[in-house]
Amino acid sequence: MTDLRAMTGTPKIAVSGVHKRFGKKVVLDGVDLDVARGQSLVIIGGSGTGKSVLLKSILGLVRPDSGSIKVDGVETVGMSASAREDVLRKFGMLFQGSALFDSLTVWENVAFGLVQGRKMKRAQARDIAIEKLGQVGLGPEVGELSPSELSGGMQKRVALARAIATEPEIIFFDEPTTGLDPITADVINDLIVACVKRLGATTLSITHDMASARKIADRIAMIYKGRIIWNGPVAEIDRSGNDYVDQFIHGRADGPIKMDVLKP
Amino acid sequence: MNPFAAVGRVVLAFFAETGRITLFTATALRHCVIPPLYLRLLFRQMLVVGYYSLPVVGLTALFTGMVLALQIYIGSSRFNAESAVATIVVIGLTRELGPVLSGLMVAGRVASAMAAEIGTMRVTEQIDALTTLSTNPFKYLVVPRLIATTLALPLLVLVADIIGVMGGYLVGIHKLGFNPASYLHNTFDFLQTLDVVSGLVKATVFGFLIALMGCYHGFHSRGGAQGVGKATTDAVVSSSILILVANYFVTELFFAQ
Repeated sequence: MTDLRAMTGTPKIAVSGVHKRFGKKVVLDGVDLDVARGQSLVIIGGSGTGKSVLLKSILGLVRPDSGSIKVDGVETVGMSASAREDVLRKFGMLFQGSALFDSLTVWENVAFGLVQGRKMKRAQARDIAIEKLGQVGLGPEVGELSPSELSGGMQKRVALARAIATEPEIIFFDEPTTGLDPITADVINDLIVACVKRLGATTLSITHDMASARKIADRIAMIYKGRIIWNGPVAEIDRSGNDYVDQFIHGRADGPIKMDVLKP
Repeated sequence: MNPFAAVGRVVLAFFAETGRITLFTATALRHCVIPPLYLRLLFRQMLVVGYYSLPVVGLTALFTGMVLALQIYIGSSRFNAESAVATIVVIGLTRELGPVLSGLMVAGRVASAMAAEIGTMRVTEQIDALTTLSTNPFKYLVVPRLIATTLALPLLVLVADIIGVMGGYLVGIHKLGFNPASYLHNTFDFLQTLDVVSGLVKATVFGFLIALMGCYHGFHSRGGAQGVGKATTDAVVSSSILILVANYFVTELFFAQ
């Protein structure tokens, strides 16, 4: 481990021994995970296995019960609110339901992090927003619309533009293709790969869409019952030798994984 | 079913909720005094809360003033004190009915809208999105609503006082046959500054409570459309009850003076 770290430098994100429970339900049960600089890691796993909670723990939206989460070598668990804001400036996030602000127009959504977070002038932020919309294949005229006027796939594009607008070092994708038809999903996958390559960003994605995972990942990690049970390069996923992984990537009902009925 | 356990659960839930509201209030107040303050949003909320509530509050005040004049006339005529109508109308409105009824109407209009809007933002992860875009949701959502409603309600109540007195005046002149000059004379001769000021202090407190409950219930809503519906109901019910409770204590505060 020490040798590996010496070769790749400090991991961009280092999660170790993270536990989180809600009431009696244990959601994260000692998660250990490193994401190297510039790497695209995709976490796969069924519903209710703790994928979202892990992502939210790293962002500080959920406070872990114990364990350590380091971003660029800096411990973020138990950090003060103002220090947290500084760390969050490194992050961009694409939410599952897009989470666009419906009281604002499309370009104001894209420019939000620039205007509110970085205190940029509106006119200048607007130019950048239009440019970012162009990078996700949307024309400037879309900028004046309200998010509710757009289809789900278009909203996802806008959300992607918003996530990359501040040119973050780390981008999180929360189920980027859920709820989209296969063609639109593939378009979003291509856009994600292109945008990430352009920025050289480190990314962490969660998904249960294997086509999407294969397309955007360098490495894949599988989470089950709050633990990482497999972690390896994307090329090795088909010969992982792990029954859980095999069952999941082939989408079989029979196997070692039994799905929980209750939400965490 | 153990009855002690049931009572205990309710008591514990009550204290837990009180604690959460206290923490929420403290956090909100702290963010009110720490910059930055989003002035654009503050003005927008002033418009939504203050200006757009004018018709509702105005109509409430008008008809309250009118009915007050009629009822007081019936009561006071039984002991030949009809001349007191104007005085009692204005004192009743400024001290009590103006702030309380305006507060309740605004609670129905504004607390519900705040809880529904913030609650929807919560369940669609828009509040989490604010955080990831380096924007504090308290500063962006709660502080503008809190300050705007606290400032707007006294202004609304001032307008309500004037319209309510006008309602009483119209009924007094056209229905009860008072002389206009003497009605106005009776209205202003016995009115003290404290009558109006105490009503405006009440309005300030009510405005704060309305926005606090709207934001608190929206912020803590969970579980989709049903959760947002519950948050909206809770916001209106709790702000209305708190208005009535606070009304007594503020009245008592001014009673000694």
